[in-house]
Amino acid sequence: MSVRVVLLSHSADVARGVADLAGQVASSAAVVPVGGTADGRLGTDADALEAAVEAGLAAGEEVAVLVDLGSAVLTARTVLADLPDGAPVALVDAPFVEGAVAAVVTASTGAGLAEVVAQAELARDLRKG
Amino acid sequence: MNPALTAAGAREWLQRFATAVDEHAAELTDLDRPIGDSDHGVNLQRGTRAVLAALEAADPPTPGAALTKAGSTLVSTVGGASGPLFGTLLRRTGKALGDSGSVDGAALATGLRAGLDAVVALGGAQVGDATLVDALAPAVEALEAGGSAAEAAEAAERGAASTDDLVARKGRASYLGDRGTGHRDPGAVSIALLFAALAGSGAGEGS
Repeated sequence: MSVRVVLLSHSADVARGVADLAGQVASSAAVVPVGGTADGRLGTDADALEAAVEAGLAAGEEVAVLVDLGSAVLTARTVLADLPDGAPVALVDAPFVEGAVAAVVTASTGAGLAEVVAQAELARDLRKG
Repeated sequence: MNPALTAAGAREWLQRFATAVDEHAAELTDLDRPIGDSDHGVNLQRGTRAVLAALEAADPPTPGAALTKAGSTLVSTVGGASGPLFGTLLRRTGKALGDSGSVDGAALATGLRAGLDAVVALGGAQVGDATLVDALAPAVEALEAGGSAAEAAEAAERGAASTDDLVARKGRASYLGDRGTGHRDPGAVSIALLFAALAGSGAGEGS
């Protein structure tokens, strides 16, 4: 079962940009950007996230969701709480950009959801100075 | 006598809440300015207007269905943290009310307790963290103690006022640390408006 990586940001540009960046590193994994509100403002769109997650599940994939700031976490938790018990969907506790790249690289190797989540969460410990 | 909450009563409650949010949108946004991103009032206003349109279209047959529909609409239209938080409150309350056509004050208190618990589970805030929980928890407790909706609204108002001197520990305001004190939490103020709207609708009176 392959893993789809869904990137939820307050900004459509951020979601798309990070998806581009991660896709360039590992183009074989499915990366879905979900950014901004339905009417083009900054914010997170629960319906769009739900659609992205359900499309992955309908395609027989597992889904890893990465989020940017504050309320994106609440939106993702709210959407995930409505999924059927046992749905293979995980909210990843990792920095958005680094976590997305790690998730996509790991997913492109054919790893399962648990491994994708674990590798993405290791990105929390990346030091830059 | 114990007036019951019906589908029509729930809609009047939400209509009054939307009107209050309209009237206080600028104030809510001003409260959000020093501590957040100045969007609470306008975001909630967008959400409550969408709620009224959704209720008009769906015409839910029970108070539970009306609150559930309102909550789902807030989650998907608000965009900021108040969408998932207010949306979860109303949705979980609505689901807890079940499919009864009319609920009494005690059932409403039980439903709102389920909503409060879901909000706490979602956001992780407790009383004292300078969030909407500071207004919501005392309001629910007032109803659980058999108080009227007006008493719950007073409890919510006092709870909102208590956030003036609290240090925010959740959300964007928490980045400010001690600099966030001296500001009333806009989410708590909006909860006070929600309970004032309930009292104004004449529904949900205590038993």
